[in-house]
Amino acid sequence: MTQKETYSATGEVGQVRMRRTIWQRMWIDLKNAPFSAWFGLCVVITYCLVALFAPLIAPYGEAQMFPSAYASWSGEHWLGTDQIGRDIYTRLIYGARNTVGIALATTFISFVIGVSFGLIAAINRRWLDQFLSRAVDVLMAIPGLIFTLMLLSIFGSTVWTLIVIIAVIDSTRVFRVTRAVSLNVVVMDYVEAAKLRGEGLGWIMRRELLPNILPPLVAEFGLRFCFVFLTIAALSFLGVGIQPPAADWGSMVRENASFIQYAPYDLTVAITPLLPAAAIALLTVGVNFIVDWFLHKTSGLRDEH
Amino acid sequence: MHPVLSTVLQRMALGVMTLFFVSLIIFSSIEFLPGDFGEAVLGQSATEETKAAFRKELGLDEPAYIRYVKWAGSALTGDFGTSFSGRGASGVDRSRPVIELVAPRLWNTFFLAGMTALIAIPLALFLGITTALYRNSAYDRIMNTTTLTTISMPDFFVGYLLILFLTSLYPVFPSLANVDDTTEFWSRIYQSFLPAMTLTLVIVAYMMRMTRAALISLLASPYIEMARLKGVSKMDVILKHALPNAWGPIATVIAFNLAYLVVGVVVVEIVFVYPGIGQLMVDSVTSRDIPVVQACTLIFAVTYIILNLIADVVGIVTNPRLLHPR
Repeated sequence: MTQKETYSATGEVGQVRMRRTIWQRMWIDLKNAPFSAWFGLCVVITYCLVALFAPLIAPYGEAQMFPSAYASWSGEHWLGTDQIGRDIYTRLIYGARNTVGIALATTFISFVIGVSFGLIAAINRRWLDQFLSRAVDVLMAIPGLIFTLMLLSIFGSTVWTLIVIIAVIDSTRVFRVTRAVSLNVVVMDYVEAAKLRGEGLGWIMRRELLPNILPPLVAEFGLRFCFVFLTIAALSFLGVGIQPPAADWGSMVRENASFIQYAPYDLTVAITPLLPAAAIALLTVGVNFIVDWFLHKTSGLRDEH
Repeated sequence: MHPVLSTVLQRMALGVMTLFFVSLIIFSSIEFLPGDFGEAVLGQSATEETKAAFRKELGLDEPAYIRYVKWAGSALTGDFGTSFSGRGASGVDRSRPVIELVAPRLWNTFFLAGMTALIAIPLALFLGITTALYRNSAYDRIMNTTTLTTISMPDFFVGYLLILFLTSLYPVFPSLANVDDTTEFWSRIYQSFLPAMTLTLVIVAYMMRMTRAALISLLASPYIEMARLKGVSKMDVILKHALPNAWGPIATVIAFNLAYLVVGVVVVEIVFVYPGIGQLMVDSVTSRDIPVVQACTLIFAVTYIILNLIADVVGIVTNPRLLHPR
């Protein structure tokens, strides 16, 4: 029996190790993450919380009007009121909900369309692939914002047309990426085996291809989200995006832009219209930092050689 | 035929094809306009005769393919029809030809874009090459974070920040770029300085990052390793060995960003009230003046396609493998 107490190399190697849970692995990754990634994560989590609990955090209602229009910063209205007397701090909070929510929904739809067609094209590789790829080439030959503007002038700008138009136009980019990364996976033996086994298109897409192309797609989701978010903000800024009375960061900048000229007299008034724009910038910076770190971690996209 | 020539011709044919399909999309978009066309434009109080005359003028009594041929044919000669605005229910027609609205603004926009390109391209190439040269140094890391931040900012944020500092707090430049035909060259440059500055800040970041990435992926190739091992200086490795092979990717980067410039111009023109084609397009989208929107979209799309075509051609012409066939 004492035999077992002594050290044995085979014993140590053969010992069953505890598998780390997904949370433990995540924590280890996070501990080694650079400061910029931590910063990005904090920003994104804060925005999500603000968007979810907007009615609880905001002191007033989204479109509630007060008799004092153009009020400056005070204890009652932290960031003053806008041209028709709505509390700017409140609208900033609700803006998180509207702007981020719509951008997220749009990106999601665009990924559903883009990824499914991209996978189908990669699997099919015959006339369907040719047709889809050439159609996407043509659609991508028109600059995105310009195409969106043209379609909005025809269908009119409501929240739903906005979401659908941007999602469809953006899905062309998602299609390209998905098709490109899955072409490397489609030629693998296990995909061939699944095909020979008689699995359907849905199975091959979901069970064979998707898990293998997930990391680049997740990174792409972050980048596309930034792009969609900036596009929607730009459209709202131009007055053809999210329509009043819904609070939205892009249109808030436009409505209050004239305050900037009062900077020499009262700096707080002048930076009020810049706050929503800064909110947009901060979120995009945060997401970009996370994506940067994620890409660095998951793929061979490192520059040092 | 020389492989370079045949490839270039092939690309050009592809460009013309793309242009054809794009014009088809832009033309057919008008078909999706919901409801009665005449009533939508002329208002509900328009009489039946006015509406019928309007439909006839647009050629709505003809089949779509004939209308396309007519529209595309006149668009080639610069005639985009007449604007919808200025038409009243009474039948009095005060509308103007689209080309009259577009032409002067097109020149303004090209002036702004050209000025930006002249500042941005050399700056971006310089920054891209130096960051690739001193990669992972403090300089590189600072530039990396700075450009990532600039990329993330919406164009209008950069514009208003510049207005806040350079016109409101320290009045150096005018905040409104009110140029017209009579503006002199130097005062035009002075007035367009802030819009050009905004666009430069936005696109330099992209261009620099892409140039750096293109160079770095080249620097990993064995022949660069060889050059280093035989003792070529760092500068010469980049300028004499890497750069000749990088012109293709860099040309793509530049064309891509000039094409981005075409789009970025829209927002910046609104911020600085610059009378360019982007501003016209946004105004027409708001008032749903479809012929003007179509003309603007076509102009933007053509510019975009031509820029990409030029990048392709530069990539082909500077490709050593095609230049020296076996």
